[in-house]
Amino acid sequence: MQSHPLPDPVLATPEAGPAPAAPIAATRRGVLKATGLLTGTLALSSVLASLAPSRSWALDLKGLSSHQGAVILAFSRHLYPHPHLEDAVYALVVKELDGKAAATPATKKTLADGVARLDHVGSGDWLKRGAALQEIDVAAMEGTPFFTLVRSTAVVALYNNDMAFAHFGYGGKKGNDGYLYKGFNDLKWLPNPPAAASGPIPKG
Amino acid sequence: MSDIGNKKTFALDDDHVMVVIGSGAGGGTLAAELAKKGIDVVVLEAGKLTPRTEFLPDEWASFTQLAWLDKRTTSGTWRVAKDFPGLPAWICKTVGGTSVHWAGAALRIQPHEFKARTTYGNLPGANLLDWPVTREELDPYYTRAEDKMGVTRTHGMPGLPGNNNFKVMYGGATKLGYKECSTGHMAINSTFRDGRNHCFQRGFCFQGCRYGAKWSTLYTEIPQGQATGHMELRPECHVSRIEHDKTGKVTAVLYYDASGHLQRQKARAVSVAGNSIETPRLLLLSESSKFPDGLANSSGQVGRNYLRHTTASVYATFDHQVDMFKGTTMAGIISDESRFDPSRGFVGGFHMETISLGLAFYSSFLNPGAWGKEFAEAMDGYSRTAGMWIVGEDMPQESNRITLNHDVKDQFGLPVANVHFDDHPNDTAMRDYGFERGEAVYRAVGARKTYRVPPYPSTHNLGTCRMSEKPSDGVCNSYGQAHDVPNLFISDGSQFTTGAAENPTLTIVTLALRQADHIAAQMHKGAI
Repeated sequence: MQSHPLPDPVLATPEAGPAPAAPIAATRRGVLKATGLLTGTLALSSVLASLAPSRSWALDLKGLSSHQGAVILAFSRHLYPHPHLEDAVYALVVKELDGKAAATPATKKTLADGVARLDHVGSGDWLKRGAALQEIDVAAMEGTPFFTLVRSTAVVALYNNDMAFAHFGYGGKKGNDGYLYKGFNDLKWLPNPPAAASGPIPKG
Repeated sequence: MSDIGNKKTFALDDDHVMVVIGSGAGGGTLAAELAKKGIDVVVLEAGKLTPRTEFLPDEWASFTQLAWLDKRTTSGTWRVAKDFPGLPAWICKTVGGTSVHWAGAALRIQPHEFKARTTYGNLPGANLLDWPVTREELDPYYTRAEDKMGVTRTHGMPGLPGNNNFKVMYGGATKLGYKECSTGHMAINSTFRDGRNHCFQRGFCFQGCRYGAKWSTLYTEIPQGQATGHMELRPECHVSRIEHDKTGKVTAVLYYDASGHLQRQKARAVSVAGNSIETPRLLLLSESSKFPDGLANSSGQVGRNYLRHTTASVYATFDHQVDMFKGTTMAGIISDESRFDPSRGFVGGFHMETISLGLAFYSSFLNPGAWGKEFAEAMDGYSRTAGMWIVGEDMPQESNRITLNHDVKDQFGLPVANVHFDDHPNDTAMRDYGFERGEAVYRAVGARKTYRVPPYPSTHNLGTCRMSEKPSDGVCNSYGQAHDVPNLFISDGSQFTTGAAENPTLTIVTLALRQADHIAAQMHKGAI
């Protein structure tokens, strides 16, 4: 089994920088030489609508085919099943893995082999298999290099982006100036501790 | 180089300077104290200078910016070795060291904890020893340290205001009958003080305090030391060896500078403060015909008795919003369980301290390697989650140790540190009890589900060059002065004889203040 001293994306992107951006908007496509394409549409009610330039999203793939991307997206949904979380967020897992596949032939092979194995158990197209069977297939893959790679990438890529922060209710960089004068101690379902256990709010 | 802030620089062959290796809580404080006494100091720091204006409100990006990511290896049965085999410790490689990352809890070690062997008795498998210094001797220095760092609830500083995460902890603690629960003693300004702003409750304590409200040597001791004209800071200088003369006194250090060139800085005396993994590694790397088992290692204790505190976390989900991320990371402390009470099934005590992680770190540390519906459900509850960290005394064991791994080399071709750790049965008993109490705190205020979270990579690394009365029991005396080498000092948490139940930074600073007085006196007498 592959051993990951750090969650993979951290090592793979030493410059790190800001959280992964939303998939490329459909209107801005066209420059890259793509090997595949993933597309989707945000739900009308989505809390993420304000974070995306348009409701339609598209992700150009540079190392994976469209089918491989779609299988990995579906696989990620089974790994971390959040029924109300948009595909646009899961697409960030595909984006991260696609980048690794484009950069490293061994990674590309690991992903291709994993998708081929899933397609094999799915009689040619794993995406046509029922969700309950897909769930069993995912569990059966645990311990394989494919599973380890997808899981260790997904656990970071899926939860470390502004769309996930909005969905799960984490403030992220919105807290950069501090909550002291905006939303601090706003929990109402328990009483305030006595002054002796707490302390005064400094005057602005 | 001017933006580093040095008013004075020293020549490589200037052998009257004291060299301090590391600029964190121990090294940074010691260097500044010596400089204020007029002693010339060169501080060699492996990390870069990152001003606080450049800190990032992004957990993984900040981790990449500040953490020590040089290669290390692990062994032993601790879960960190499985989940994070190349990352035994979560500490910093940056000017200011881990004082940039720490959460600010500033607690004095309790009197009985300095007498661990006497108090706890002869525990099988534990290499317990009393400290060669008492709480009474340290109290005046603790007072100075608290004043210097601006510790809340001391010197007239009010406590910090409690946040949502604290409110949940306080509610549960009170229902269980705990008496000692408050927003604690924190080295975080609750009011404007000492030229530093008050806390604005950003919730990015681990990522570096942008406002400078949390004490860090980066923007306190280091610039103060430089301002005296007696201290030069050299960032991106990685020390690879300490040299000595025929008599066994240290004379110089070899280091790789920012451009990778090997340099030799002569020295009158040397202090090592590289945190408890790099400090023993450097002594072991400095082996010679005179010191075949490593510098200052006639006791064989260099690298041994590695302590990391018995830690764990408890998170709990509730029916309503918590937003644990709004405000200081360590927002409250329960101290009732820090007492000595073997009727609980273990010696030593522990604190329960709130902790919060952002979504990114929560997903990575909640249950490393986990996936599936149960994990996803825990993530779904993120905004309704409260969290606490259990931090207790672990037992020193000779077999828990830092060694050189000659099979793995760092960027300079030097063997990396291997960190071996197994829990002592006392550690396991304490952690299990702590889990139960932590869950009880949250159930008392209506927790829907509780999560027992395994230890993170270690932030409290201690004990690997411990101080001892007898030279055969440890590496240094009560002043951190090596038993074998009178002009060599240990100035970080490595010198702790035992771990105690308190977050270590306040004691590291306290020992550095005392050590500075000792070094100045020794120099005055011409002893070093």
